[in-house]
Amino acid sequence: MMSSKYDLTDEQKELVAIAREIAEKKIKPIRAELDETQEFPYDIVKIFGQSDLYRVFVPSEYEGLGMGVYESSLITEELSRVCGGIALAYAGSLLGTFPILLFGNEEQKKRFLPPIASGEKLAAFCLTEPEAGSDASNVRTTAKKEGDYYILNGTKQWITNGGVAGLYSVFANIDISRGIRGITAFVVDRDTPGFSIGKKENKLGIRASNTTELIFNNCKVPAANMLAKEGQGFKVAMKTFDMSRPGVAAQALGIAQGAYEEALKYAHERKQFGQTIYSFQAVRFMIADMAMKIEAARALVYQSAKLADAKDPDSGPYSAMAKAFASDVAMEVTVNAVQVLAGYGYMKEYPVEKMMRDAKITQIYEGTNQIQREVIATHLTKELSRLEKK
Amino acid sequence: MKKVIVFIKQVPDTSELKIDPVTNTMIREGVPSIINPFDMYAIEEAVRIKEKWGDTEVTVITMGPPQADAALREAISMGCDNAVLLSDRKFAASDTWATSYVLSKAVGKIGEYDVLLAGKQATDGDTAQVGPGIATWLGIPCITYVNNIEEIKPGYVKLHRMHDEGYDVIEIEGKFLLTVLKELNEPRIASFRGKMNAKKAEIPVWTAEDIGADPAKIGFMGSPTRVVKAFSPPVKQGGIKISAEEDPSVPEKLKSYLREKLII
Repeated sequence: MMSSKYDLTDEQKELVAIAREIAEKKIKPIRAELDETQEFPYDIVKIFGQSDLYRVFVPSEYEGLGMGVYESSLITEELSRVCGGIALAYAGSLLGTFPILLFGNEEQKKRFLPPIASGEKLAAFCLTEPEAGSDASNVRTTAKKEGDYYILNGTKQWITNGGVAGLYSVFANIDISRGIRGITAFVVDRDTPGFSIGKKENKLGIRASNTTELIFNNCKVPAANMLAKEGQGFKVAMKTFDMSRPGVAAQALGIAQGAYEEALKYAHERKQFGQTIYSFQAVRFMIADMAMKIEAARALVYQSAKLADAKDPDSGPYSAMAKAFASDVAMEVTVNAVQVLAGYGYMKEYPVEKMMRDAKITQIYEGTNQIQREVIATHLTKELSRLEKK
Repeated sequence: MKKVIVFIKQVPDTSELKIDPVTNTMIREGVPSIINPFDMYAIEEAVRIKEKWGDTEVTVITMGPPQADAALREAISMGCDNAVLLSDRKFAASDTWATSYVLSKAVGKIGEYDVLLAGKQATDGDTAQVGPGIATWLGIPCITYVNNIEEIKPGYVKLHRMHDEGYDVIEIEGKFLLTVLKELNEPRIASFRGKMNAKKAEIPVWTAEDIGADPAKIGFMGSPTRVVKAFSPPVKQGGIKISAEEDPSVPEKLKSYLREKLII
């Protein structure tokens, strides 16, 4: 069913059609191979750029199309329906761009956004460190001011697009003793002296996505590349997540949709005991549950994306709900899709085992689903005080 | 401003064509239309030339019924700048001779150009005659079956023309028309901005009068070709293969085969 049941504008329908065409014609034929080899889909990135997909989330003043989270999520959903890993070459750049979109000054936006819009440069979001995962405030990378520069030292890990990006949104602490109030955001160009790419990770899923370590060794970043002010970095990161979570949710939704479609088709083709397995209640109810949960997730994902675009004050908890719910649905649906395809589903000749491996990360990154529930629960306390006032 | 003109044709999207048993022409009703697949490579090449040269305008032209407007818009969505639809009841039932005459008259109305491009043939008629026909009417060289362009600039091209035994390397100076093969490039997926441009584009419709076409050279009466019979051509046979690894008597077999064919 997908987005066709929603009231999309003509422009949104065109974007969905372009994303689907790229996914079906260009991504589907290579997804299994890139999953095997862990090679990055440079050719596909070129097609995303040429088709204007990276322009979608960039304002029109900076050579973008001036659309938002909702449109980007529709694209991410379509791409993820075919390959959740390759889709990240798109969605990961949006994540890395949000700090600039939300906190960049005019000069920074003029400098950084046009090459992102054209697809010439991918962006990457660099927060996670060995000691800073769910406790994102525990950033140990340091930034010391020297004249017109900040000197960055430290290591980031598990960075999406790490080895392939041109621009990096990096979070470092200007004074560890200030804790969370020392965290500061910078845009680091790939060519900055003292910046290098570390080990590339070997992952369970989303294997066509490039995930690496990043090393800052006296990396000399111009002070003009600092986003917001000194000490505001944690706010930059948290506001970014409020905007980016619908994208992860959309990725999960797309993966679930792809797996459900495979299960539905297979169940109608596969015959056992002289009839299609879809005629057995045990199987058809599994697939009915998939469809039902996917549609519920879609309603929540789209709603959270629209709230993010509207800058609604409650968009944070909404996007947390969408991310946690859609990714839990994706995990359940993909596991069950493998179950429906059974022996065939377990084999790499069929795409559902990959979808199951790809789905898992959506419950983990950009805040584990446990952290999402923390975000929701904290918000609910505020809800209670609102209820009591009435 | 440099100028590239692409000729395209809207064709039925099927290999299962139905032929009217009385007129021996195709039945087009009820079949979805697409841009002739070979023309997609011509469009892609035109847009690549534009990207390479800069300051270049790509105009796409088709002759056909009013519905052919959709094919022109699709070409614009891929990066062509503007389009012209040649549509007039007087053009109906034109053969390749009359069609290439009409298209050449349209080029005359446009005026200046640097390169003309077309697909090697259309999948409905399969004649491969219209491209060369246009070049003949215009009095410029035509290279057919182009599968590789080594270098192209205004007034010069160095390219490969493919044939069964290999390819020719050809250089031309001046204006020229190329008909292209699918080996030349990979057509792009339309961009979002391209699609928006395509929606907004104003596509002029030119009639026989607009292009100053001689009424005696167009339409059914202006067409010297008469279709006598339509049939599927026999499938081209490949050469024979004998493997020495599987069969030690190969040299003998080869010798007798060549003798039989009077080659040795």
